[in-house]
Parts: sequence; structure tokens; C-alpha cells
Amino acid sequence: MDTPAPQDAATVARDPHYNFAYLDESTKRMLRRALLKAVAIPGYQVPFGSREMPLPYGWGTGGIQVTAAIIGADDTLKVIDQGSDDTTNAVNIRRFFGRVSGVRTTDTTTAATIIQTRHRIPETPLRAGQIMVFQVPIPEPLRWLEPSEVETRTMHALAEYGGMHVKLYEDIAHHGHIATTYDYPVLVNDRYMMRPSPIPKFDNPKMNYSPALMLFGAGREKRVYAVPPYTKVKSLDFDDHPFTIERWSQHCSLCGSHESFLDEIILDDEGSRSFVCSDTEYCATRREEQA
Amino acid sequence: MNGIEQPLLSVRDLTHTWDGVHGCREINFDLYPGEVLCIVGESGSGKSTLLQAVSCQVAAQHGSVRYDLREQGPTDLASLSGAQRRLLARTDWGYVRQHARDGLRMQVSAGANIAERLMAIGERHYGDLREVAGNWLHKMEIDVGRLDDAPASFSGGMQQRLQIARNLVTHPRLVFMDEPTASLDVSVQARLLDLLRQLVADLGLAAIVVTHDLAVARLLAHRTLVMRGGYVVESGLTDQILDDPQHPYTQLLVSSILQS
Repeated sequence: MDTPAPQDAATVARDPHYNFAYLDESTKRMLRRALLKAVAIPGYQVPFGSREMPLPYGWGTGGIQVTAAIIGADDTLKVIDQGSDDTTNAVNIRRFFGRVSGVRTTDTTTAATIIQTRHRIPETPLRAGQIMVFQVPIPEPLRWLEPSEVETRTMHALAEYGGMHVKLYEDIAHHGHIATTYDYPVLVNDRYMMRPSPIPKFDNPKMNYSPALMLFGAGREKRVYAVPPYTKVKSLDFDDHPFTIERWSQHCSLCGSHESFLDEIILDDEGSRSFVCSDTEYCATRREEQA
Repeated sequence: MNGIEQPLLSVRDLTHTWDGVHGCREINFDLYPGEVLCIVGESGSGKSTLLQAVSCQVAAQHGSVRYDLREQGPTDLASLSGAQRRLLARTDWGYVRQHARDGLRMQVSAGANIAERLMAIGERHYGDLREVAGNWLHKMEIDVGRLDDAPASFSGGMQQRLQIARNLVTHPRLVFMDEPTASLDVSVQARLLDLLRQLVADLGLAAIVVTHDLAVARLLAHRTLVMRGGYVVESGLTDQILDDPQHPYTQLLVSSILQS
């Protein structure tokens, strides 16, 4: 687990063959209109004309299109995948935007203005002015309950969300506690039910009244939605089984943190294991401070 | 049914056809609280269409359905908003389908099936929900130990009883039943009818039961409508209709039952 210390990656020279940020200007305008509507109605899924992107569905086409629509030449981009800055997906998306837009890229959460993410919200608290862009596989929280799109839209329109608790009821009936640990459904601004994308429920409280703008893009499902800054985001629960986040008895074996989300690493076939921070940038910064 | 009481549901001149030909036409009836009405007739006579039109699942082309709402009294259902109609269907009404699979959520446990309507109207206490679900299973003569089992592991009769419990949990005043016993074998049918009759009496439910089985009408219904070709050809007290049928079609129906 030798994570390289975070460093501002050198700016990649912009390839002039592409329009700025890959998408053409009218596509970006279309996306911005959809995003403005999404911000105006927190948690509401706005349809948009998703484009073919130079990577497969499921690798973040929705997130990339949202980032492409909002990024400007002065922005600094950070891309994380499972909390890590150095996985294939994160490295390639970062390099992609370096090449098509020439913007600065970074690993440092505090230095970034746009953070595209899959599966995590950084441990370092976000500040006003930052934008989180989430890659969303399935945007519809009611889909498991109701296969018909017409019906789910009606349910959203009438705020008929009682059925969502059936899933939590099932969890408690079978496991004794709410066993849903990721993509944990939330109610945004006391109105729309939203899937926060597959982030661990550990990160759900970070969305509540967050000073940063949160944008969600689903490329295959052609939907964007948003949580504006300082908006109430409430995770579903029962009165007698309140929402809780994951806790670990261990602390990070690298930086010693016991507040961060930990990944369990299996070291050998004899049962030894180690827990380390999932957010590599947070872990590395802490170790630097300790050194 | 004394004269002072006002009808729970009154249907006037109701017409709904699917293609201008098939459906139900010019239906009139009143249903009083606690009354069970059977609609009998052959396949294609418009029984199910009538049930769908009355329960607002399809919009009637002509005529009106007035329902005695808890808050505002008799109201034309067509004047309610979609949201109000959906709320009514979830709380004050029940709808029992012929195949329990269509009315149940098969991928979740029996307890969740029963508790779903309560969660839909805002009940958020797991312990209370579970207790209510357990009580209903008990009332339905299903072992409470099966609360966490999937409905798929239940027998046909148990599934049907579970579907009924799921509908009755919000204490509706009116239940629509579309051939509730048709897909069950005879001994299970008898048991279910027995249970239904008891529930209707205990809870003071009004029910509209669609069936092609005159025995069901005989056992459950206070009044019966006989339908043919989309029209009601005869209506009246069940015993009167079965013992002294006036219309030739009703006579044919009654005479086709095997006499014991």
C-alpha cells in the first residue's frame, strides 16, 4: 500500500482537434439547461439528451457529460473512484479532461473546484463554491418497487414514497437492522426521493446542508439531478430503527484515523487483514502532517 | 339496511365500453355500509369492466359513481383529483384480485406485504408495524411464524388470505373482489368463503364481489346483480334471485347448478 503522496499533476497540453471539453457547444447548453432545472427542483430527475461518449456505459458517461458541461478554463478538476485518485477510471477521466480542455487537475480536495466521483464523497469537508459530480448507474429510487416509468413518475409527482420503507422493513425482518449500506435512499428538501448513487451510507450525512453543489448524471438512463448547497437531505429510517452510519472497531493502519471510511484489505490466506482509509488523498495528507 | 342510512356508494347510469360494443352499460345500483353485493354473469358479460369502472381503474364514459367519503360525504369520484383517488384506493378501499400473485408483492415477506399500506400512509414505527402484521396473519388463520417468509412459499389459499389481509390492514369500508375464489380448489374455496363471511360481519365491510359462481353469491351476498351482454338483467335479494329467478337467463343460470 505505497500510495504516492498527492501532488498537482502537470497540466496536460490541450488537444486542439477537440472542442473545449469534448462536447460541442449546443450539447453543453442543452446539458446546462437541464442542470439549471435540476438545481431549481432539488432531487427531481431531469431528462437530457445523453450523448455517445468515448467510453462504455457504466464507466461514468453521465458524470463526464455533466463535468464537460460545467467545466471552465479556470477550473481545477479532481477525479476519484472508490475514494482513490489513482485507479484506472480516475486516472483516465482526469487525463481525458486534461487533453480535451487543458484544465489543471489535482489530487487535493481543497484545491479542486470540480470533483467528479464514483462511490465516495471526500473525507475533507467540502466548502462553498465546490461542485461534486456523481456518476449514477440507476437514478430511479423507486425502480425496484415499480418497473413502470409512467407509474414511478406519478409516484414522484404525488410524493407517494411509503413503499420505499418496505425495503427497510425487509432488511430489519431478515437481518435485525437496516442492512442497506450503499445507495441508501434519501429525501431531498422534504420533497423528492433520491438515490445518492452507490456511495456508502457513511457519506449520506455529508450531503445534508452541504455548502457544495452536488450534481448527479446518469448517462445510460439519460437523467440529471441535483442537490443545491445548504439543502436538507434526510436518509430514510424507522422511528425505532434510526439511520446510523458504519463504524469500525479498528482505525486506519496507515494514518491512524478512526473517523474515516475504512477499506478492509486481505493481506494473505491466513486471515490477516488490515484496514486503511478509502480516501487516499485524506490518508496521505494526514501521514504527511504526522511525519 | 334501514331507510335513514345513506348509501356508501351509488352508481348511476354507468357506461364503459372498450370498443363501443363490449363492456357494461347503464348500470344503476346503491351499496349500503356493511352490505355485500355479488355481480354474477357469464364470461364477457361486463362484470369485471363494471368493477374496474366503479373502482376508478378506468374512466367511465358515461354516468356517475358517488362515494360517501369520510371527510366530505357523498362525492362524485370523477370530481376528485388523481391524487385523492389514489389515496382513497389505498386507504378506504381494498382490491382483491383473482390471482394473489397480481395483488401481492412476491419478492418481499408476508409481513412487509401486510404492512405496506400502513407505511404508505405514514406509519414509521417498525415494532408497531410488525405487531399489526402478526395480528392480521393470526386473524387470517396463518401461523404467525410465517411472518418473514416470502409469499411464494405459501399455498394458493394462504396467498389469497394474505392478499385479503394486505387490503384490510387500513380498515377500508369498501372492498372490491374480482373472482376471489376462482383459482382455488373446492375445499380451500369453502374455507376462504367462511373466513370472508366472518370478516365482513366482524368489520362491517361493504363488498362488491364479482363471480361466476352462484354458490359464492349464495354464501356471501345480501344482494345480487345478474349481468348479461353488458346490461344488468336482474337484481334483488340474493335468496330471492336464486330461489325465484324471473329473467330467462337467470333461470338458466340457476337451473345449471347441480342440486344436492
